[in-house]
Amino acid sequence: MPTMLEVTGLNHRYGKGDGAHVAVRELSFSVDAGELACIVGPSGCGKSTLLRCIAGLIPPTGGSVRLHGDEVSGVPDDLAVVFQDYSRSLFPWLTVARNVEFPLRWRKLSKQERAERAQEALDAVGLSGVGKKFPWQLSGGMQQRVSIARALASKPALLIMDEPFASVDAQTRFELEDLLRRVQREQQSTILLVTHDIDESVYLGDRVLVLSKSPATIVADLAVDLPAERDQIATRESAKFVTLRGEVARLLQTGPAAPATTEEASDEVTAAADAAEWAATEEEAAETGGATKEARH
Amino acid sequence: MTQVTERATRLRSQAAAGISGFARNWLVFIGAVAVWELATRLAASVFFPPPSEIVATAGQLWFSGPASQLFLSETVFDHILPSIGRCLGGWAIAVVLGVGLGTALGRSRTGMEYVGPLFAFFRAIPPPTLVPVFMVLFGLGPGMQVATIIFGAIWPILLNTVDGVRSVDSVKVDTARSFRTPAPYWIGMVVLPAALPKIFAGLRLSLSISLILMVVSELIGSLNGIGHQLISSQQQFEFPLMWSWIVLLGILGYGLNAVLLAVERRVLRWQPTRNDDA
Repeated sequence: MPTMLEVTGLNHRYGKGDGAHVAVRELSFSVDAGELACIVGPSGCGKSTLLRCIAGLIPPTGGSVRLHGDEVSGVPDDLAVVFQDYSRSLFPWLTVARNVEFPLRWRKLSKQERAERAQEALDAVGLSGVGKKFPWQLSGGMQQRVSIARALASKPALLIMDEPFASVDAQTRFELEDLLRRVQREQQSTILLVTHDIDESVYLGDRVLVLSKSPATIVADLAVDLPAERDQIATRESAKFVTLRGEVARLLQTGPAAPATTEEASDEVTAAADAAEWAATEEEAAETGGATKEARH
Repeated sequence: MTQVTERATRLRSQAAAGISGFARNWLVFIGAVAVWELATRLAASVFFPPPSEIVATAGQLWFSGPASQLFLSETVFDHILPSIGRCLGGWAIAVVLGVGLGTALGRSRTGMEYVGPLFAFFRAIPPPTLVPVFMVLFGLGPGMQVATIIFGAIWPILLNTVDGVRSVDSVKVDTARSFRTPAPYWIGMVVLPAALPKIFAGLRLSLSISLILMVVSELIGSLNGIGHQLISSQQQFEFPLMWSWIVLLGILGYGLNAVLLAVERRVLRWQPTRNDDA
């Protein structure tokens, strides 16, 4: 399989001088075409920063990101992002069908082709009859399926998902996980999914990349050799699954070689890093909120 | 059989609800008119003609035309329609300028910092005080009136648009960026829809300002129009006539606002909270 995404020596630092917060340090990995790779890391470790760098939403302070061989500077053409907060990511003023059609608007497609592709995408996520509804008329799980359909409709070379199932209840989450695996195999898509949920990363992924606490670096790159056909109950009971999730949990807690820290201390570190990243992101959002658009257009 | 009776009961209860709703809305209004009628008949003051007389005068004034003009009198064509035209024309220009400028300024990082104080100063000037200035600039006539209306009506639209286009949710900004949304689609399908609720609040305010400034500018200096007729009937001691122009202004204000509200409900029907009454 050819390499779809190649991240080399990625660094990202918020702020300058003494107050600088390093969110991502010397991070390298690659994702093959047609692969579903999960990145799992403790909260506040810089996962979101990493994703935003890969998606081209923020320029990294160092290193490079390559998508099918092309250096990424700015948002690449054939990439789509599914955000955790579906209710804020979907456009409430557009019907479900028009939301899904949104990324096709400026492509050279006839109205009919556009509608057909949107319908295909909605069919793929099992939402055939709701095109005329508005997003708020659907349940949370269905809304997140709409944003997955919207991302699929643009036929991206790489689909990035930022904690996509963190805001739905457990039942819906299981459904969506199975849906994602099915759609990914049907459409041969390449997906990079970030989660803080260890079980989810093992259940979903063909590979699991384990991140360290802030600043984020890759601690381990595990191949998940579970069968392609997975089942929420049987797979999660299997010895292989249990071993793998234990391994990921251990890596997350201690890192590969670092000595074990006490629970309290690690909590504190995480909380501090969390706060720092939050503050930095907020600051940046405030700075760029109005300005980025102006600069771009 | 039972279905039919059920439907009849439902219809009857709907009708009852409709009537009681209508009564709630209009009972006090009708009562007030009745009290006014009684009081003015008892007082018999020339300055306060009874409503029935005002209505009769108004009917004679507006609906005495030939059938070919839908019974509308010359007054309607000479005074009422020109007034409405100036009011809506001035407002429409203010809408286009206000939304256009507001979008540009709101999406620019520093734009408002440059022009903010200037706008605050201009907005603080009561627009009627500019009538003499515009009178010198444009002379007596529609130019002066439209200029006054634009100057007064543009601020709520402009400032609400600036506010609205700035309030685009950061996740929607990221979503649009991650799809590489080109500028026209970004503005037309994300920024403006997100700003619409606030823009509409500005539109409603500025529409009532337009009506006020239409009358004020016509009271001060005009050759025709509702305000002009109002002041000249007062000067000729034609009080029922004067009152019928005042009533007309009330009807106009109510009607224009109702139309705008209907448009707003239609355009913003995607808002979850609005669907209770849709």
